[in-house]
Amino acid sequence: MSSYSARIEEHEHDDVTSVRVFGFWIYIMSDCILFASLFATYAVLHNNFAGGPTGRDLFELPGVLVETFCLLISSFTYGLAMLARNRGSKSGVIGCLAVTFVLGASFVGLEVTEFHKLILAGHGPQQSAFLSSFFTLVSTHGLHVTCGLIWMVVLTAQIAKKGLTVATSTRMMCLSLFWHFLDIVWICVFTIVYLMGAM
Amino acid sequence: MLGKLTLSQIPYTNPIIMGAFGFMILAVVALFALITFLHKWKWLWYEWLTSVDHKKIGVMYIIVALVMGLRGFADVVMMRSQLALSFGSSQGYLPPEHYDQVFSAHGVIMIFFMAMPFLIGLINIAVPLQIGARDVAFPFMNSVSFWLFVVGVILVNLSLAIGEFAQTGWVAYPPLSELNYSPGVGVDYYIWSLEIAGVGTLLTGINFFVTIIRMRAPGMKLMQMPVFTWAALCTMVLIIAAFPILTVVLALLSLDRYLGMHFFTNTLGGNAMMYVNLFWAWGHPEVYILVLPAFGIFSEVIATFTGKRLFGYTSMIYATVVITVLSFLVWLHHFFTMGSGADVNAFFSLTTMVIAIPTGVKIFNWLFTIYRGRLRFTTPVLWTLAFMVTFTIGGMSGVMLSLPGADYVLHNSQFLIAHFHNTIIGGTVFGAFAGFAYWFPKAYGFKLNEKLGKRAFWCWFVGFYLTFVPLYILGFMGMTRRVNHYDNPTWHPLLIVAAAGVFLTLIGILLQVTQVVVSFLQRKQNLDLTGDPWDGRTLEWSTSSPPPSYNFATIPVVTGRDAFWEMKHNGAVNHRPTEYRSIHMPKNTGAGVFIGLFNLALGFALIWHIWWLAILGLLGIVVTLILRTSSDNIHYYVPAEDVARIENERAERLAR
Repeated sequence: MSSYSARIEEHEHDDVTSVRVFGFWIYIMSDCILFASLFATYAVLHNNFAGGPTGRDLFELPGVLVETFCLLISSFTYGLAMLARNRGSKSGVIGCLAVTFVLGASFVGLEVTEFHKLILAGHGPQQSAFLSSFFTLVSTHGLHVTCGLIWMVVLTAQIAKKGLTVATSTRMMCLSLFWHFLDIVWICVFTIVYLMGAM
Repeated sequence: MLGKLTLSQIPYTNPIIMGAFGFMILAVVALFALITFLHKWKWLWYEWLTSVDHKKIGVMYIIVALVMGLRGFADVVMMRSQLALSFGSSQGYLPPEHYDQVFSAHGVIMIFFMAMPFLIGLINIAVPLQIGARDVAFPFMNSVSFWLFVVGVILVNLSLAIGEFAQTGWVAYPPLSELNYSPGVGVDYYIWSLEIAGVGTLLTGINFFVTIIRMRAPGMKLMQMPVFTWAALCTMVLIIAAFPILTVVLALLSLDRYLGMHFFTNTLGGNAMMYVNLFWAWGHPEVYILVLPAFGIFSEVIATFTGKRLFGYTSMIYATVVITVLSFLVWLHHFFTMGSGADVNAFFSLTTMVIAIPTGVKIFNWLFTIYRGRLRFTTPVLWTLAFMVTFTIGGMSGVMLSLPGADYVLHNSQFLIAHFHNTIIGGTVFGAFAGFAYWFPKAYGFKLNEKLGKRAFWCWFVGFYLTFVPLYILGFMGMTRRVNHYDNPTWHPLLIVAAAGVFLTLIGILLQVTQVVVSFLQRKQNLDLTGDPWDGRTLEWSTSSPPPSYNFATIPVVTGRDAFWEMKHNGAVNHRPTEYRSIHMPKNTGAGVFIGLFNLALGFALIWHIWWLAILGLLGIVVTLILRTSSDNIHYYVPAEDVARIENERAERLAR
């Protein structure tokens, strides 16, 4: 392959990467609106306890704080994975992604445990409009994190097999956006749902 | 094993439903037999179903949309004939529970499975060509979008024979759409067909937004883009910002129905009006998703057929952008009767009226483009002129409805029905037909028969007014929407006139079908060899008709508005390079079809509570996606020799 066509090729790849990442940004914008609709729903229904328990009765902030730190630290370790990617260190990437995965999985595990406890105590999403909107908002975020975890596993396998190619690095970049975005959403959930609900 | 699905769910005792479904089955079987007879399965699979070529996907969108348009129009014929008959002691032939399904299906089909995909099909065909691109930003995602739309179509049609469709109207307001009042699967069909098709629409929105922003030919600035591309860009913004709301609101309704939650129920703190607010927060942008592309089509048509630059290009673009923004600030005018108070109603009344200003700007721009132009009265132009009159009337009645005082009287009356058909048919449908006739030669390589096109137009135009003017009057006389029987003798003559209008429109539709068939048979006489049958102004006319898979052998360089017109006047057209380069293109893939099939299984399973199938469908989707992302072999090169051969053949045809 002549150096000219190689350059064209490289240019095309740069372009493909930036178009993909731009497209992913647009997707995140639409996801933002999805969460905004759920937050609006929660805002409308958050006082409709229908005689059932309130946020103050139900929320256990210490557990939620641990959850929050799991997710925040996982964003940091994902950042480390991106740095390893930039260095071109495949093993560094895989290691950091593994740590991120464990932290993300712990977050989901803690959330499921919290939900399980609430449902066992009879405070499931069927009890009141407040609980319906609480469960839906929080578990939509949790579902996003779970999807991110599945994506992380697949991507790690692809990186292990193919190395840091243009395709896998682009996907790492997109997942990075997704992961940090979910962090920001969680900050909102933590503040609006848990802190304001428990105060 | 089969959830709620039992043999008793099939309404085999109802001759109308069984007749309609039998006809559909017959049509599908006949189609399959024809394909088998012609040995076209391989061709169909490799050339079309698995295609990621935006032009072919566009054509498929339009074909499905037209078929669904016929289905939706069959509903119209049923409703209008029912209302012409069911006066006084006569009950007509449609009992309420069936009539309710018919008008619900009509609304859903016409908006989601006819109007929107028709326009998305035209956008698919025209926009990448207009901006001088070889494909869209995400060709595979484009195929997925199309197949998700098809899944919605299949689910809605299945509901005809397996179970029932929603009896709630196309808006499915709770508490009527909640489990207590709609225990059947009708609302579930509604929810899942729209959820799945809606995800497809959202992906289209992202895809074309990125395509227009990032893949324009070198030199094409934003304010040099063709007006249709601008309209498409604003439409995509609306889709990206509005469709997530629809996804959420339908998901919440399904949580109420499936998991016993209380978002919109009457009990335990649910709030039904929140559904209505969220629904229209999506729904009003949706009507602009339907009409902005049509505005773009009319702009192209008028500029091309007057042979002039569009008057007031900049103001046209700003008007489009202003409408895009304002469309998010008017949702409450759909339910002034909620009783949110004079201040809130006044706010939404004013924002609604303000929309008339940018729309008026557009109308005047089109008029001034015609002024002192040499207008050629082709079929697309007739549709455009009819639109300008009809849409203005529809807009006026909209301004009337925007007054809360008047709205309290006219809310949910036939006046409202007349108003929104006046804008949607006068805007979107006329626009779709104008765009169909305008870009048909580009997509297929031959022109449509003008004589039949014009006859169809006149039937439609007169039929439309005959149908809807009586409804305006009936609205003032107090006739509400969604009634299947009435006792008022003064309504009867007007409803007969409306039915006559529908039959005139039906003749128009039959003429359109004839037009396509006749044009196909006579295609040899109407071939478009130049690729520029209308003396066009924008880049899509600079390539051959139909364009090669790569659209442009060499990417054009743009220096101004109306790029192709400029080239023609600079003598830069058909300038052939000394050598061609090989072109990098995406490969066709069946993954989109499979994702569609798994989604169909998932949707059907969710409707009927067949949980094992739902899990299977979901797994299928995930696995297909993973396999797709793991494959590196998704591109190929069109060799330079092939490009040279195709381009030289075209040059020879042009020389002859």
